[in-house]
Amino acid sequence: MADFEIPQLNEYPIIPKIHEGVMAHSKPFLAKEEFQQQLGFPGELVDNWQQVAIDKMGELTGKYRSLAVFLDSCVKCGACTDKCHYYLGTTDPKNMPVARQDLYRKVYRRYYTFAGKYFPKLVGATDLTREVLDDWYSYFHQCSQCRRCSVFCPYGIDTAEISMAAREVMDAVGIGQKYCNEIIGKVYKIGNNLGLPEPALADTLEGLEEDIEDDTGVAVKLPLDQKGAEVLLVTPSADFFAEPHVDGLMGYAKVFHEAGISWTLSSYASEAANFGMFIGSYENMRKLSLRVREAALDLGVKRIIFGECGHAWRVAYSFLNTLAGPFDFLDPNYPVPQHILEFTYDLIQRGALTLDKSANDDMVLTFHDSCNIARASRMGPMPGGQFIIPREVIKASCNHFHDMPQDTIHDATYCCGGGGGLLTDDLMELRVKGALPRMEALKYVVENYGVTHMAAICAICKSQFTKVLPYYGFRMDSIVSVHQLVSNALVLGSKQ
Amino acid sequence: MPFWTIAYALLFYVATALLLGGLALRIRKYAKTPAPLKIPTTPAPVTQHGVVLRMFREVVFFESLFRSNKWIWIFGYLFHFGLFLVLARHLRYFTHPVWFWVDLVQPFGKYAAFFMVIGLLGLWARRFLVDRVRYISVLSDHLMLALLVAIGMTGMSMDYLSHTDIVSLKAFFLGLMYFDWQPLPEDPLLLVHLALVATLMIIFPISKLLHAPGVFFSPTRNQIDNPRAEPGLRPHDSRHIAPWAAELDKTA
Repeated sequence: MADFEIPQLNEYPIIPKIHEGVMAHSKPFLAKEEFQQQLGFPGELVDNWQQVAIDKMGELTGKYRSLAVFLDSCVKCGACTDKCHYYLGTTDPKNMPVARQDLYRKVYRRYYTFAGKYFPKLVGATDLTREVLDDWYSYFHQCSQCRRCSVFCPYGIDTAEISMAAREVMDAVGIGQKYCNEIIGKVYKIGNNLGLPEPALADTLEGLEEDIEDDTGVAVKLPLDQKGAEVLLVTPSADFFAEPHVDGLMGYAKVFHEAGISWTLSSYASEAANFGMFIGSYENMRKLSLRVREAALDLGVKRIIFGECGHAWRVAYSFLNTLAGPFDFLDPNYPVPQHILEFTYDLIQRGALTLDKSANDDMVLTFHDSCNIARASRMGPMPGGQFIIPREVIKASCNHFHDMPQDTIHDATYCCGGGGGLLTDDLMELRVKGALPRMEALKYVVENYGVTHMAAICAICKSQFTKVLPYYGFRMDSIVSVHQLVSNALVLGSKQ
Repeated sequence: MPFWTIAYALLFYVATALLLGGLALRIRKYAKTPAPLKIPTTPAPVTQHGVVLRMFREVVFFESLFRSNKWIWIFGYLFHFGLFLVLARHLRYFTHPVWFWVDLVQPFGKYAAFFMVIGLLGLWARRFLVDRVRYISVLSDHLMLALLVAIGMTGMSMDYLSHTDIVSLKAFFLGLMYFDWQPLPEDPLLLVHLALVATLMIIFPISKLLHAPGVFFSPTRNQIDNPRAEPGLRPHDSRHIAPWAAELDKTA
């Protein structure tokens, strides 16, 4: 099935011995010239790339306090060394968070610190050579920006911040990553990551309406570009056609239908994911976010709700107001934006939905906390609501639920292995190996509680698991959307 | 004035100036660099009060490290807490009359030196024994531990093996502080101890010891989790935005 070795699933997690260089060959395809230029980056490696890179590093340390503090503060204590799923899955020491940071830090120290300028050998500072740049391209594309390391670092050093900076420096010298940069270009041109134009989108939604009506006999609508609707729903475009994402989308539609709240999708802002974050580009992240603002203004909605997506929810929850606010034109009684799970949970709390749990009796469920929802956002008014609300919605929709081991859930959750702009086939080996810790935790509940399905709330997690589960002997359809469970259990028309 | 007195007086003036000046510059840089995005590691407090508590637990108990790795926590805590008590004990050389609480900690400070050195040796051992930590260690990481261990050992030697003239030593430091120089006792152990301490002071602002001020400026720990417009947490007409980012709004 694969031209690389698939890691063994162990009974208990094992911290592996290091094996230097075993993932040095892993690197994503380069972005072509036209896609680089669309984003305002040089088309290929510029002649004076070394100087451009060094200048860019200086610029970034002046713009981001996180970088300035993180680059100085690491004491090499080693607390993070066994926390990254890519290290645990690959055993390559450069996938230990501190070692990944050091790829950047050693260059920063060489050009921007006293010790590195005058005593480079002593502090491990090095010149920015072509070899170092190649190492950057390889290993900064082996970080899914999941922030697990930052939870365990005594100073909160977040490797995601460093890998975003490194990717921005690489884009500035002309070596961008194909997957991310092409996708951002598609959003600018068409409106979503998939390049699904308005007519095709309208067609798809119509098909889904027919499916729901065939299935339930109820005419549930999936409106597009409907001016004056109460709610603008922004969801990852994978929800429009990929499995099991689309079952989640039908779930949102049914919930809106039952709530009796008018809503609409937007063809202009038909993408919740914001790949600008993956490449560390504030400007691109801002441009993508402004589409949501423009759509909300144009359609005259009162609220914005985001669908199930992990990194998208981080950008929406944590950054949208900064990048595209203020939202003083929306209803001040609701947070901007809201998560679809906050919306559904609220309805369940108020008894506005009738849920027949037995509709999901063919499944025994567990829940995968998506990394960026767990460690970079919140749901509901309470810290930690991002762990409680999805589980409460799942438990309201099904009878059988078991959590995976404590050290693999909540803010200690493991990334699916495909986040942060790595969900591309040219990184398949990395994705399979990076999924190891999650697969071990899943195996535990499968064997001990008879779990048959894992629910997720992120488009990337869902796509990644669909692809990766079979490598570890699980069925590819054992990953489900949380709103798919809601959709199955929801009794339509009972409250009318 | 004897040669060693002049040399050490100058050394400590220079070391103090570099330590305070260097730290001030670094802290100014951290404080002036904007944090353009809200990036607290969540779950994070939604109030300022909560952030103060989180930071307190982090700085006083090393909360994240405790979750992360018990060995590093034990050795790190032994070292830092020992160092804290030892430093407190040393305040008696710089205060006259000695403050009440400094008097109180004297016996604790005396034995804390052992904790400090044991902690350091434990951390150092990890740099050799754990392959992951060996991989990330460079020469300066070892030298930093060597320096701290040497400071601790020379200090303990003067306490337990061969006493130095601490009355004259105190006169020397008070003399430095009030610009009324007094002779420094010429005990080799003391001279080595003081030279190492001055070295530590000088390299503090240009080394990883910057983690001490750094932790207070870490956005993942010190930010309030209130990025979105949300009733009770952030009004709908308010934004968290950096000056350089606000410029983008003007041009577009």
